[in-house]
Amino acid sequence: MLNRIKKINSAYLFILPYSTMFLVFIVLPVFIAFLLSFTYFNAVEAPKFNNVQNYIFILTQDKVFMQTVLPNTIKFSLIVGPGGYILSFLLAWILAQVPHKSRTVLALMIYSPSMTAGVAITVLWQVIFSGDENGLINGFLLNYNLIGEPIQWLQSPDHLMKVMIIVSLWSSMGVGFLAMLAGVLNINNEVYEAAYIDGLRNKFQEIFYITIPSMKPQMLFGAVMSIVGTFSAGAIGVQLSGANPTPQNAGQLIINHIEDYGILRSEMGLAAAFSVVLLLIIYGISKYVNRAFSE
Amino acid sequence: MSYFGTKINPKYYHKSQIKFYLFVLPLAIFMVLPIIYIFVTAFKPIDELFAFPPRFYVVNPTLDNFRDLADMTEGSGLPMGRYILNSILITFFVLALSLLFSTMAGFALSKKKFKGKSLLFEINTLAIMFVPIAVTIPRFLIISELGIINTFMAHILPLLAVPVGLFLVKQFIDQIPNELIEAAYVDGANDFYIYLKIIVPLIKPAVATVAILAFQSTWNNVETSALFVNNAELKTFAFYLTTFVTQSNSIAGAGIAAASSMIMFLPNLIIFIFLQGKIMNTMAHSGIK
Repeated sequence: MLNRIKKINSAYLFILPYSTMFLVFIVLPVFIAFLLSFTYFNAVEAPKFNNVQNYIFILTQDKVFMQTVLPNTIKFSLIVGPGGYILSFLLAWILAQVPHKSRTVLALMIYSPSMTAGVAITVLWQVIFSGDENGLINGFLLNYNLIGEPIQWLQSPDHLMKVMIIVSLWSSMGVGFLAMLAGVLNINNEVYEAAYIDGLRNKFQEIFYITIPSMKPQMLFGAVMSIVGTFSAGAIGVQLSGANPTPQNAGQLIINHIEDYGILRSEMGLAAAFSVVLLLIIYGISKYVNRAFSE
Repeated sequence: MSYFGTKINPKYYHKSQIKFYLFVLPLAIFMVLPIIYIFVTAFKPIDELFAFPPRFYVVNPTLDNFRDLADMTEGSGLPMGRYILNSILITFFVLALSLLFSTMAGFALSKKKFKGKSLLFEINTLAIMFVPIAVTIPRFLIISELGIINTFMAHILPLLAVPVGLFLVKQFIDQIPNELIEAAYVDGANDFYIYLKIIVPLIKPAVATVAILAFQSTWNNVETSALFVNNAELKTFAFYLTTFVTQSNSIAGAGIAAASSMIMFLPNLIIFIFLQGKIMNTMAHSGIK
């Protein structure tokens, strides 16, 4: 009996430190956001319960959200999420076809952008995409007479989103990419040999009938990582253009909208409602992806 | 070879691989160009930063940008070393504690039986998708309730639970045969002995992987300095670089920005190069089942 108590206790002892931190800094904030989303809260007075007013506002009155922020977020996420995901699978698959040494060098080249972070790197993007003739890209295009006058890459609503997508895709080959590379490498060569004997004809059949089904768990991990990466990358538009809201809201994503309400306008209750909406969107997509891979 | 085409994970170079190189090499070069541009710009003298047409490469490399960066700190009253020391201390504590916590929890989740085990693992897997910036405000409220605003704790505690880290460690421990642990129990070992002498030595690759993930998120972190700490003496190097970079004008500032990006990026790169073999080993077990 004493032995049994000791056994149970030690398991809890092992999970205690992690679960405490997990509860306090991950579960609790989500829970508080959920509660705050039903209140009016300006960070000075105590939160006042106001039912589902915030959600009604989001759905019916927030024109900027419905007309710009939501479409922007969908457009950005669809290109950076699935686009980056397919690209990282493709690159992982190709890297698996070359010998170890060149693979390591190439993988390092592709992975390294995901290690860059912070505002300092966005300053360099600002120089590269600078709107005057001193910008690297404008300078190059002007020099070869490809354009007549400098393009406002970061300040014009026509181009900001494109630059955001390029920069985000560039830095999206992270942990998910490495997991998928390991996944492709882990498939036994005999599985392929057997499949070719059974009548597999070409590389496309190989990818769809053997490679992807054999590495479903890694494919799912990669998908989850790319969903997280896509929604965390939301601040890039504000960093690149140097303003929140971004010029004519062209690069405004849900994350910036939350910051705009929560920190700049002190509408904490409304910001919390947006957080809940965002977390629900992420959760919904992940459920969908999960089902797609577990079939 | 019993089938045509190329092999996965080939041992040697073969001319059938050329098509793969033709596709992946230009892309890899394209991806690494901005990083080379950081290094090149960091060593550009002022006249080359302003040159028109702008040049990608550097003609007369200089250390001016690094000197300017150090000089800017002098003006702020606090030596640069102070911020670097803060960052090193914070990174060290986050790494040590988050590795300890996630390996302990990973051991219990993988090899022990207890109530709520599958629930905890499910919530943790769900939390991999957690986006911290979505709940910045509640996190701020919690940290101020705990009374750790303006302390080192505000830098460290929020970063300790890394769901994806625990997930990778747990999946890796699943590979360790149960017989090994049962045999140790028979020999009279207790859980702490098994954790220290069997589990930890066997999961070094997973530990290395979680270490590099935690290192990247802590070393690059500016949020905790921006939101939870007002006292300049307690802010991190990454945050300090951010403030200087945003203060200076864009072209002349580009040299300083490049120098600071380089200082931030190099430790990430070096650690990754040293640990990449172990990381690939862990990633093989990373799948969500």
